[in-house]
Amino acid sequence: MTRRGRLLLFLIAATVTTVLLVGAFVELPDFGTNFHPYGDRAVHAALEHRTANAVASVNFDQRALDTLVEETILFAAVLGAVVLLRQVTGERRRPPRPARVSPAIRRLGVLLLPVALLVGLYVVAHGQLTPGGGFQGGVVVATALHLLYVAADYRALERIRPLGPYEVGDVVGEAAYVVTGLAAMLGGSTFLANVLPWGTLGTLTSGGTVVVLNAAVGMEVACGVVVLLATFLDQVVEIDEESDGARPGTGESR
Amino acid sequence: MTDPLIAVALVLVAVTATAAVLNREPLRQALVLSFLGLALTLLFVFVQAPDVALSQLAVGSALTPLMIVLTVRKVARATPARHAPEEDDAHDQDGEADR
Repeated sequence: MTRRGRLLLFLIAATVTTVLLVGAFVELPDFGTNFHPYGDRAVHAALEHRTANAVASVNFDQRALDTLVEETILFAAVLGAVVLLRQVTGERRRPPRPARVSPAIRRLGVLLLPVALLVGLYVVAHGQLTPGGGFQGGVVVATALHLLYVAADYRALERIRPLGPYEVGDVVGEAAYVVTGLAAMLGGSTFLANVLPWGTLGTLTSGGTVVVLNAAVGMEVACGVVVLLATFLDQVVEIDEESDGARPGTGESR
Repeated sequence: MTDPLIAVALVLVAVTATAAVLNREPLRQALVLSFLGLALTLLFVFVQAPDVALSQLAVGSALTPLMIVLTVRKVARATPARHAPEEDDAHDQDGEADR
């Protein structure tokens, strides 16, 4: 496509998008006012199910199906990365070299790792009460493990990160979400309905299925991100091309 | 009043996002992207959306830049001739990625 053609296409697309955006925005309530028709209803519904964090209630109760799809997006993305970044013919795996780390960084890592891990688990477990939840906490847990890579070396990380169990955890987390939804159906309700006892507002066990779904997402995200980062790190640290230069197949194999 | 804070955060987002687009060097882009993630996190906190802010902080300013840095490192090593001039820039990240 010529430069002129591209510009024309862009101008048309930009005009249509601008018209649609402006058309959608003029009807919106003003920014920063106290008029929140959707928010009021969502908070009301959240309190009815004893879920203190209204956002968690929207994500895992009122709109639980949306979150299932969102979780599946990450699941599919991790799967795609694992398939694309696998070791292919002509690549060899070399064992990672031990690395020298300054004692100060080592101490800091050893100190921070348990704290970060605990914060991540806390964010998952308190998703129904305070900001956070399975997604945010899962990412914190996964990245916390990688402090070991910063504080020690890749071999240390690989020792606490056998990929098999994390791949299984990824699948189990995804499956647990669907099974929870199906269990509600078996109990005579609708898919992903909040059928568990709601408990007392503000306690760790309140919110019914929100707690279960949060845990499922937390497991899926933590394991998924660990696997995702592992495929990237393996490519950088371990996997090498057999011989530099003469590999005509490189283009096709990716 | 939180309005001045929101305005400052919005300007920060606009500046860092523009910088990310205008920067043509992937490694620097990853760094700028990380700052954009932080700016967005501040904005989300100021408009009282802590849940989104947490996601943004974890994914936007840590995970995404890390994956870009790792990818750049791998690509630079696979094609050393073309990326030779950038090796100096990549050096700080190299020490980290080698371990």
